[in-house]
Amino acid sequence: MDTKKFVMSICDASGVSGYESEAAGIIKDAFAEYCDEVSIDRLGNVVAVKKGKGKAKVAFFSHMDEIGLVVLGLDKNGFVRFHQIGGYDQRTLLCQEVVIHGYSGEKVFGVIGIKPPHLQEPGDAEKSVKMSDMLIDTGYSEEKLKELVRTGDIITIKRKMIELKNEAVSGKALDDRACVAAMYECAKLLKDYNHDADVYFVATTQEEVGSMGAIVSTYNIEPDIGVALDVGFAKTPELKPSQCTEFNKGPVIEYGPNIHPKVADMFKEAAKEEGIPFQLEVYTGNTGTDARVVQVSRSGIASGLLALPLKYMHTSVETISVKDLKATGRLLQAFVKHLNGKDLEETLCL
Amino acid sequence: MLIKKLTDANGLPGNEGEIRSIIKEELEGHVDSMLTDRMGNLIVTKNAGKPGKHIGLSAHMDEVGMLVKRVEDSGLIRMGLFGLDPRILPSKIVVIGKDKVKGVIGTKPVHMTKADERAKAIELDALYIDIGASSKEEAEKSVSMGDFVYFDSEFTEFGEHKIKAKALDDRAGCGIIIEVLKSDIKTPVTAVFCVQEEVGLRGSMAAANRVSADMFVNLEGTVSADMPPNEDYEKVTVLGDGPALSLIDRSSVYLKEYVNKMTAVAEENAIPYQFRRTGAGGTDAGNYHTAHGGTPVIGVAVPCRYLHSPVSVMDKRDYENAIKLVKAFINKYGEEQ
Repeated sequence: MDTKKFVMSICDASGVSGYESEAAGIIKDAFAEYCDEVSIDRLGNVVAVKKGKGKAKVAFFSHMDEIGLVVLGLDKNGFVRFHQIGGYDQRTLLCQEVVIHGYSGEKVFGVIGIKPPHLQEPGDAEKSVKMSDMLIDTGYSEEKLKELVRTGDIITIKRKMIELKNEAVSGKALDDRACVAAMYECAKLLKDYNHDADVYFVATTQEEVGSMGAIVSTYNIEPDIGVALDVGFAKTPELKPSQCTEFNKGPVIEYGPNIHPKVADMFKEAAKEEGIPFQLEVYTGNTGTDARVVQVSRSGIASGLLALPLKYMHTSVETISVKDLKATGRLLQAFVKHLNGKDLEETLCL
Repeated sequence: MLIKKLTDANGLPGNEGEIRSIIKEELEGHVDSMLTDRMGNLIVTKNAGKPGKHIGLSAHMDEVGMLVKRVEDSGLIRMGLFGLDPRILPSKIVVIGKDKVKGVIGTKPVHMTKADERAKAIELDALYIDIGASSKEEAEKSVSMGDFVYFDSEFTEFGEHKIKAKALDDRAGCGIIIEVLKSDIKTPVTAVFCVQEEVGLRGSMAAANRVSADMFVNLEGTVSADMPPNEDYEKVTVLGDGPALSLIDRSSVYLKEYVNKMTAVAEENAIPYQFRRTGAGGTDAGNYHTAHGGTPVIGVAVPCRYLHSPVSVMDKRDYENAIKLVKAFINKYGEEQ
């Protein structure tokens, strides 16, 4: 499948942290075309393996869970109170269309409303509306709604991905399914390529609530090198230069204590060898990514982290460049190539 | 479905052509004359010269939205608003200009905000539209200053009897008048589809001077606040309780004698109705009210939740009942001597 088409299809699917199965199904089927084995583990991680010569194990991790909402309870007259799973800015939720994934199996449409300007009190316009004061309007009577929805049902923002100019795409869940698609691009590029290392592509679960999927999948695979891929902050007018990287200038190779320096160096070398554009960024602490848990799995894993620049993170209009996405896929392939003929014991020695 | 066609189409104040075309096409063969005045108001007559009271009907074609105010060097677009609360803009998809160029309104990532910042509204100055262009030059190949900007919001039926759409204020009113004009009413009616209501009742100022009728019925989409935790007395109108009749607002005091004529028709025909329980807001009715030495006006509206947003919600039954009510009213009072 065309990688742009793939990323658009997986982002339209739902997969809130802990409830990733719809997205996981599509991802599993897609990777099966280019990999030797694909399985789903007990915490829902999709693990696809492209066998090499068995000389080493390299695992790439991109999380497939997205932030979402959850039903707290039913209010009078068909309205629903909700809370979040993962972190939204409450100011991005007003007037969104949502889908409640009802326990009944029915997908219930709703909207998050707002008091119209005609009825607002002085001062209302300066304040944001608290999430705890928001309601989802389902249009149902209370009795009917009870048959369809109950506390704990998952809610996603109803969003169909759109294309913008310059090969940009915008929608929900690009954090971090854009990186799942970068792994997919790599799997396609590796299909007829002989490589020394066995390559594991892992679409992880529950990253947004603490990387539980990555903890489990890293433990199960026990790779020599484990590389997390996640979206990073791309430049927009609100951000200082120190807070972001450039959009459309290629993937970002991360440095810092959470990253094995030799792994980062190898990414840099591989990018140069293949002429792939890249940017550099430094994290002084633990990163808020799967790399945080990958590094300390088992008796320690050589960890790496790549970031794909994304604008408007944790909104339903997250925006990435498909050019950056494909370059990230190419960089993964270049990294696998770069490992050919290398003695990892020596290469990774600190 | 007519209301779907009308709400999926775009018409901002001063740019109502797309709506006017749909209305003209719908009314072709059902009316005597259609005239577009200098401001863009569409004035339609039916049964002109026939005996009976001459009843005026009015609804506005424009909706709330935005326009392109400035294209920045970065290719990002700053916008001006018509009747919108800027708090509803973050994280939305919009459509710009005739070529329907898609763009998004993003926000600073939540990770980079502080709690006190998130408690405040994001001001309009901090918001912009991103169409993916990387420079002003590139952006200006597809958008220009002054282009109109609409929400990307598609008509959706949901829940029980509900629809969600943008622009229900006032395509609901336009739809009601179209259905009435297509029906077999026998007495003289002049219908006005106004421009520029949302920027200060401008279109009807000119139309009210041109059209003189024995009385005017103004059709609107109006406010409902029938959600928790509001008490019954705070709800203004309730979805499903029938069309709402106006008593007073910022532009008119509706003459009680005429309000009573409308409630009598509703009761005789077993059509549910409610009163609009606020004095807030103003409608085109005010301009007819004071024109030609004074004209009685009646306000009939379909209750809508989240008015002036891309996700307005109405109950289809209220809309259908408003059509029935206006038809029954014309049938009764059109023939009154």
